[in-house]
Amino acid sequence: MMLQIRNLRASVGRKEILRGLDLDVRAGEVHAIMGPNGSGKSTLAQVLAGRETYDVTGEVLYEGRNLLAMSPEQRAVEGVFLAFQYPLEIPGVGNLYFLRTALNMVRKQRGLEELDAMDFLALAKERMKLVEMDQSFMNRSVNAGFSGGEKKRNEILQMAVLEPKLAILDETDSGLDIDALRVVASGVNALRSKERALLVITHYQRLLDYIVPDRVHVIANGRIVRSGDKNLALELEKYGYADFEKDTAGGTPSAAGAIP
Amino acid sequence: MSAVQSEIRELTNREYQYGFVTDLETDVAPRGLNEDVIRLISSKKNEPQWLLDWRLRAYRHWLTMEEPCWQNAHYGPIDYQDIIYYAAPKPKTAGPKSLDEVDPEVLAMFNKLGISLAEQGRLSGIAVDAIVDSVSVGTTFKKKLAEVGVIFCSFSEAVQDHPDLVKKYLGSVVPYTDNYFATLNSAVFTDGSFCFIPKGVRCPMELSTYFRINQADTGQFERTLIVCEDGAYVSYLEGCTAPMRDKNQLHAAVVELVALEGAQIKYSTVQNWYPGDKDGKGGIYNFVTKRGKCAGANSKISWTQVETGSAITWKYPSVILKGDNSVGEFYSVALTNNRQQADTGTKMIHIGKNTRSTILSKGISAGHGQNTYRGLVKILKAATGARNHTQCDSLLLGDQCGAHTFPYIEVMNPTAQVEHEASTSTIGEDQLFYCRQRGIPVEDATSMIVNGFCREVFKELPMEFAVEAQKLLSVSLEGCVG
Repeated sequence: MMLQIRNLRASVGRKEILRGLDLDVRAGEVHAIMGPNGSGKSTLAQVLAGRETYDVTGEVLYEGRNLLAMSPEQRAVEGVFLAFQYPLEIPGVGNLYFLRTALNMVRKQRGLEELDAMDFLALAKERMKLVEMDQSFMNRSVNAGFSGGEKKRNEILQMAVLEPKLAILDETDSGLDIDALRVVASGVNALRSKERALLVITHYQRLLDYIVPDRVHVIANGRIVRSGDKNLALELEKYGYADFEKDTAGGTPSAAGAIP
Repeated sequence: MSAVQSEIRELTNREYQYGFVTDLETDVAPRGLNEDVIRLISSKKNEPQWLLDWRLRAYRHWLTMEEPCWQNAHYGPIDYQDIIYYAAPKPKTAGPKSLDEVDPEVLAMFNKLGISLAEQGRLSGIAVDAIVDSVSVGTTFKKKLAEVGVIFCSFSEAVQDHPDLVKKYLGSVVPYTDNYFATLNSAVFTDGSFCFIPKGVRCPMELSTYFRINQADTGQFERTLIVCEDGAYVSYLEGCTAPMRDKNQLHAAVVELVALEGAQIKYSTVQNWYPGDKDGKGGIYNFVTKRGKCAGANSKISWTQVETGSAITWKYPSVILKGDNSVGEFYSVALTNNRQQADTGTKMIHIGKNTRSTILSKGISAGHGQNTYRGLVKILKAATGARNHTQCDSLLLGDQCGAHTFPYIEVMNPTAQVEHEASTSTIGEDQLFYCRQRGIPVEDATSMIVNGFCREVFKELPMEFAVEAQKLLSVSLEGCVG
């Protein structure tokens, strides 16, 4: 099992956001996490990546090891990747340099030699084709002055270079027009493999037309309230989330939230 | 306090690595300041009467002045009678005539600092003048420079060998009445570097002065004078360190630059005086007057400074843009950590027509550091078509430091264009988390972000110095910079 989540709870201050979440993800699978705003989707992504602003309890096993005990950088070099919903800007730091530093951290962990600038450039160029980025991106500062779509493409490029085992895409589709969405989705699809698991967090079904998931989960009020195959996403598109929220607002988990 | 904050704090709490003391036999003047001490300094240096008179005039003027207190820095009163104004490493022989005769202890000290006068100079093609406490201990590459007519020597030598040039230019940019610390310097300065590039000569290598305070309780009062005649060019580097001592030490230097018609002077400083310990005990008071005069048309003076050391830094490398079409530039990175305070910036005085100036200041505050940018852009009546662009950026690391900006703009000519931009940012947890999620640990991430912030200034530094500047940032941010 790649990822095993049991009774995961996360809170900020006195506000509990994740309230006993369970999830199993195998290598090679693509899971979509859907849910209304404020249901805890992004919190799940942040907690898995190691964000320290949350108080977290429960158990998360990543390849059988306690993920919650690892620092964010440790998780990263062990192969956990988060494509940020809002990628950060780092002025003055070249995109290429940043990415090479990140890759070399991963390579160090895997016992590989560091790549020098020339070898890295060759690799980066090849991966840039996946997301249709041109080389001028590489000489710019990390995300500085990038458009929303460029930032998202840059996230997928990073993923393509770092080759994670578990990739979490946090609303990668938000703010993308249809053309950019297609580019990003085809980049992601190219990275699907039987060694890699993807957790695709999205508010809309639209992304799942392009990245077809093996499993779809609905989060409401901090729990997974329903799981199904890709058809579940279509149902949601049709009927919305309102019923899930209503059902779970009382606090008792109802794993089989009813859809009319 | 979050884990990241505490980690940053830990990183910013490491110690100064140049804090060793070398056991040199030293020739020192009695503690305190009076006319006799000035006469002693002057006679030790075998100076002509005019220079002694100049010193005494400065001293007498200094007695009438009051120590300035307007800077945004706080420190206890300085007891000027408790300072030693002259300390020279005692030569084992009659006095070094060449590097081979320099006290091996002195050379060993510079080696420890990573500056081998003999080798490094040769390897990197930089001529070095090294000054310990108050005296120049050796200048490299003199002969090669002399072939093209460049004079590069200690100030004392210049007084002996080129008195007319010294007399002509000394005090021509920073008069002895200029300000409290410059006036004090004029009275008691002991050595420094002198550099003269004759008409039309492009100095074939970088020139460099390395300052080191070694002796306890001494003040360092060096004086640097650089003159570029018509069409000449020089790039000049200055570096400095000092041992760790509990007591504050005063460094009150004066640097004067003169650029004649079409001349260019590029002056780069990497300042790493001992900053005091993390509670603010000890450290150098770096009260320095640096000023350049674009005396001729089409001349250019460019200051680049990386200020990482000193308990208190108080300096405003300035340019007087007298010649028409002359250009002044100021690029600065100032970092304050622990209890360090920096009040630094520049003055650009536009007098000539179509004069241009650029100011780019990057302040980084960490720990309890306080960082102030203070700058004056003055466009005088005659300066038709003058232009200035100023950009001041501040970066805060942690939640207990401060950044301040005091821009002064005085425009007396309606055709002038003056622009001022300022920004303040922090290294946010978000930014760090983003880097860490890519496998880059906090320390490296901080280093990367700070270096990115400084990049525009670092690229103004000569290559070797840019590398050293990054290293110094790492010492000062204690491993944050790689």
